[in-house]
Amino acid sequence: MAALLEVKGLKAFYGQTQSLYDVGFEIPDGGITTLLGANGAGKTTTLRAICNMVRTEGTIRFAGKDIAGQPTEEVVRLRIAHVPEGRGTFTTLTVDENLRIAAYTRRDRAAVHADLDRVFGYFPRLKERLQQQAGTLSGGEQQMLAIARALMLKPRLMLLDEPSFGLAPLIVVEIFRILRRINEDEKVSILLVEQNAALALDLATHAYVLETGRVVMSGPSSVVKDDENVRKSYLGY
Amino acid sequence: MEQFTQQVASGLASGAIYACVALALVMIYVSTDHINFAQGEMAMFSTYISWQLMSWGLSFWIAFIAAVAFSFVLGVIIERAILRPLHNAPVLSIVVVFIGLLAICNSVAGAIWSYLIKEFPTPFPKSSFGIAGVIGPHQLGVVMVTLIVLGLLFVFFRYTPLGLAMRAAAQNPQMARLVGVRVDWMLALGWGLAASVGAVAGIMVAHIVYLDPNMMGGILLYAFASALVGGISNPGGAVVGGFIVGVLENMVAFAGNQIEKATGVYIIGNGEKLTVALIIVITVLTVKPAGLFGRVVVKRV
Repeated sequence: MAALLEVKGLKAFYGQTQSLYDVGFEIPDGGITTLLGANGAGKTTTLRAICNMVRTEGTIRFAGKDIAGQPTEEVVRLRIAHVPEGRGTFTTLTVDENLRIAAYTRRDRAAVHADLDRVFGYFPRLKERLQQQAGTLSGGEQQMLAIARALMLKPRLMLLDEPSFGLAPLIVVEIFRILRRINEDEKVSILLVEQNAALALDLATHAYVLETGRVVMSGPSSVVKDDENVRKSYLGY
Repeated sequence: MEQFTQQVASGLASGAIYACVALALVMIYVSTDHINFAQGEMAMFSTYISWQLMSWGLSFWIAFIAAVAFSFVLGVIIERAILRPLHNAPVLSIVVVFIGLLAICNSVAGAIWSYLIKEFPTPFPKSSFGIAGVIGPHQLGVVMVTLIVLGLLFVFFRYTPLGLAMRAAAQNPQMARLVGVRVDWMLALGWGLAASVGAVAGIMVAHIVYLDPNMMGGILLYAFASALVGGISNPGGAVVGGFIVGVLENMVAFAGNQIEKATGVYIIGNGEKLTVALIIVITVLTVKPAGLFGRVVVKRV
């Protein structure tokens, strides 16, 4: 399988502070890849670097095209949907408006309409709350809205930053089940950043482990899961 | 009684003007967190443009539309050329730029058209506009034009994808980029729209206050008071605030006149109108900083 996203020698800087030193990985088309690591390892920064939301150096190739240095809004137009940490919704807009703005870059009106129905298939609760202000949804609902919003872009690649953050375990299980369906049914490739390593390794086919801005280990999830260091550091047994 | 209704009517007319300028202030405030102190002078400049076009022989409404369009372009250019480079500048630098812009608009207008006060025509004929004894033709026309403009803006922001994108960009620029909105252009567009709405206010008020480079000074203050009354981050509130302030200032003067008539003691009158506006500003800021309609944003974390 050809790589959909190819990252090589990625460095990232916040002002003078360098937070990524040498990050490289590949995401196969149609696969689910996860980035693991402790707090401050550079997982979120890696996602932000792909969307050029932080100053970067290095190569980022998406579908064979170099996208490093392109403005965020142009990267998005290549159908890379980023669900940022802490729920990416417009809190003062309604659920309906959040979903409509997500399809802002699309011109295929009819398909957008069909996609909306499919999204409600995944998240029926959102349909009941269409006119509600997004900021008044529960945490789980906001995360669902953020993922629904990403789906409305009709993405080829979805970048997910800590989708389980601050949510009840049952909701997390539900969201991860939906992510798997999205990957299988919609053929959306996923790059997942997650604190909950056990959950992430279950979902993903490939895993990369980051430590202080460098990739220190990688491989199929099953192999990474059995690695002793990973087990001790991230799985806790 | 007739005097009373007339006072209310003229209050509504000036309120309509304040509402427009207040809305222009709020439009820029919600997307940038800055108050554009030059909003009034930009409107004054646009009004001179329309006057110039009329003196070249164009009809009122053609000149009106041309001046509003010119203001839109000017607003976009000011944002792109002057404010874009100051994107990450501290607040004070931006305030200084606004004040500089105010002074530049004022003196350029003075240099081109002189500081002499000019008469400005009204497009609303006496014969078909106004209701005798209730509201004058120009006053009624002003209220109607502003209501149309405000209605159009409402429809634009509420029901068009571009309007939605502008609101999204104002609320959360980073997220807006992540859905593919070109946030920089949305800001420039916001400046253009604000300048246009200001131009409408300037052209409508010029018949009442006459045309001169300082015509918008007081009005900007009233507009600021209106925006604060309504809640500085609430466009609808700013509009309602405009009408409230417009009627209120006339009521205060009216009451003062009545008292003077009855008792012969002068307490308050037309001369103190601007003071009323300032008192409103201070009262709102101390008693209810969020304004009448400014909601404290509900957020669950």
